[in-house]
Amino acid sequence: MNILVTEHIHKSFGDFKALDDVSITIPENTIFGLLGPNGAGKTTLIRIITQILMADQGKVMFHGRPLELEDVHRIGYLPEERGLYKKMKVGEQLLYLAQLKGMSKGEASKKIKAWMEKFDIISWWGKAVEDLSKGMAQKVQFIATVLHEPSLIILDEPFSGFDPVNANLIRDEILEMKKKGITIIFSTHRMESVEELCDHIALINKSKKILEGPKKDIKETYKSNTFNVLHHGKVNGLPADFDTLSTEEVEGAIHSTIQIKSALGPNDLLKALISQVEVHEFVEKIPSMNEIFIQKVQEGGHE
Amino acid sequence: MNKISLIIAREYITRVRKKSFLVMTIVGPLLFALLIIVPTWLATRDGDEKVIEVVDESGLFKTVLTDTDEIKYSFVNEDPDALKQSLEGSEYYGFLYIPNIDIDNPQGIQFYSTSKPSLSVIGDLEWGIRQKIENIKLEKSGLDKQVLDNLKAKVDIATISITDQGEQESSSIAATGIGYISSLLIYFFIFFFGAQIMRGIIEEKTSRIIEVIISSVKPFQLMMGKIIGVGAVGLTQFLLWTLLTFTITTVLSSVFGFEPQAANSMVNAQPGMAEVQAAAADQNEFAKIMTAIGSINIPQVLFFFLIYFLGGYLLYGSLFAAVGSAVDSEVDSQQFMLPVTLPLILSIVSLGAVLNEPDGSLAFWMSMIPLTSPVVMMMRIPFGVPIWQLLLSVTLLAGGFMFTVWLAARIYRVGILMHGTKVNYKVLAKWFMMKN
Repeated sequence: MNILVTEHIHKSFGDFKALDDVSITIPENTIFGLLGPNGAGKTTLIRIITQILMADQGKVMFHGRPLELEDVHRIGYLPEERGLYKKMKVGEQLLYLAQLKGMSKGEASKKIKAWMEKFDIISWWGKAVEDLSKGMAQKVQFIATVLHEPSLIILDEPFSGFDPVNANLIRDEILEMKKKGITIIFSTHRMESVEELCDHIALINKSKKILEGPKKDIKETYKSNTFNVLHHGKVNGLPADFDTLSTEEVEGAIHSTIQIKSALGPNDLLKALISQVEVHEFVEKIPSMNEIFIQKVQEGGHE
Repeated sequence: MNKISLIIAREYITRVRKKSFLVMTIVGPLLFALLIIVPTWLATRDGDEKVIEVVDESGLFKTVLTDTDEIKYSFVNEDPDALKQSLEGSEYYGFLYIPNIDIDNPQGIQFYSTSKPSLSVIGDLEWGIRQKIENIKLEKSGLDKQVLDNLKAKVDIATISITDQGEQESSSIAATGIGYISSLLIYFFIFFFGAQIMRGIIEEKTSRIIEVIISSVKPFQLMMGKIIGVGAVGLTQFLLWTLLTFTITTVLSSVFGFEPQAANSMVNAQPGMAEVQAAAADQNEFAKIMTAIGSINIPQVLFFFLIYFLGGYLLYGSLFAAVGSAVDSEVDSQQFMLPVTLPLILSIVSLGAVLNEPDGSLAFWMSMIPLTSPVVMMMRIPFGVPIWQLLLSVTLLAGGFMFTVWLAARIYRVGILMHGTKVNYKVLAKWFMMKN
């Protein structure tokens, strides 16, 4: 079941085309990485999903039916540019934001207290936001995003502005929410968190979607049949099926990177190696999301 | 709860709880009360007792220059030059030297004092001396003063306007007063609270909360919520001001033991018989003004005041909202503020001309155009405006604010999400035309 599907979304601002025929499919209960360089159109897409903007063309399906106004109550959104009312007290502010998301006052009040206790910030209830540090305000904002228990949470660069301890706290929360069956759209440039958290990704570049799918499958497609081998003794010539990309000697051992050019498998390479050298490590080189990202974006740049 | 009422409640509560609201609520009426009380108090208070030495070589004025509450006269028979020397450091306010004057050409009267004498003192002296000289001249010419007094006439034209309710004694003074006060209040209210709307929107924009809010509510709801919430704050403040001003004025008046109307007669209580009569006539005048105020259709004035008050506020409030959404800081708002506030300023400036001719064509057109009608029409209403004009003007105003709200909403929805864009009118037009 897909929680959210965008179908052929087009959006222009004057002459500028922000989104050009973008279709993405977000399966339920996944952490979906929405990736792309700055200005690619990620924020515009998110704003269309959160109904801040309307698409010029195309449809957004939510839980299998067209997105409706009331659906804002089931979506939580943490924008990249964080902000709260500076003069308002933390507790009142969260109450206000929760009520705008359709919660009753009593219910919201209970949930806010629970969250604030969980984050150990209950003593901030009566503090004005302007008296909080940036990291503290981020925690408050995170609570505001998830408080109304949305089925879809959109986090735009959620870790920026957090120190490592709090970033960890948020990361754990994200994983826990996934366990509860919530779907998370995760827009970021930080590839290490994509690597760690995302199940699915979509890559947007220059207003167009250029890549989408489960992270595992994408990596599979971008594997180049290359292996990192740590061995003792020198390799004296391999069959033409194998191409040694690099060799480097480190403390008596040799690191070689070898690509299989033909239909042969890793075992064939291993066989060829074993006859010549002593193999200590043999690992397939899987491309990082970062490499795929850069490769795809640069390809786009050459067009 | 409905979202727009949540927004209104937040705007209202956060503003009313601010210290500045409390301060304004208390300081405002104090200022108003002072404005009412101080002139009255100044007019009625007893000045310091001044003693003036008089050297009267002509011997004519002893009976004329009689002691009053403020000025005591001490007639002496000394050398003026010696007095001049001793004046400094003495307790005397000054000394008046009247040489043996020629009645037909009274020259050489001098007043010496250590400080600059007040105009009222000199006025009193001149008035007394002139009066005496005139009387002497009258006697010389053989005319009886009694006859002359009888010749004086006091003309007082009663202005009566013929309305549907029959003849009514009206007073242009009362109408002018009421017109000015209500026009100025509307002007002030629009300016002050319009600026608050703008500031509130800029705050939401710069603090970046806006994106969170409009992922929950429609921009239009947020904008209207803010305009209505701020307006409610304004009405509250206005109501508190009225109540407090009334209370403070009443309390202060009773503490200091005078009635504003008593001051009227005191001011006019100059020595002289004719003046006493005039003072009595002024008392009469005051009573007339009271009845004249009664003759103005107060419920009508209040009703339309509320309508123009709210209509004008909504009209300009939404324009202020549009300006706020377009800029990143209050400093940037200047270029758009001028055209927005220009019609408002124009209507205040034209009040004098409207007053000259409340039924003239300038007054008519300015009270029809929605941008100027709230201020200008309030000036006209106390003078009586035909009902069809009122209805037309209110209808146009309603149409006007619906138009500005619509216009503002189209700019607002785009503007609030724009940061760091250099905004000019072309950009605004583009936003306005943009599809949602």
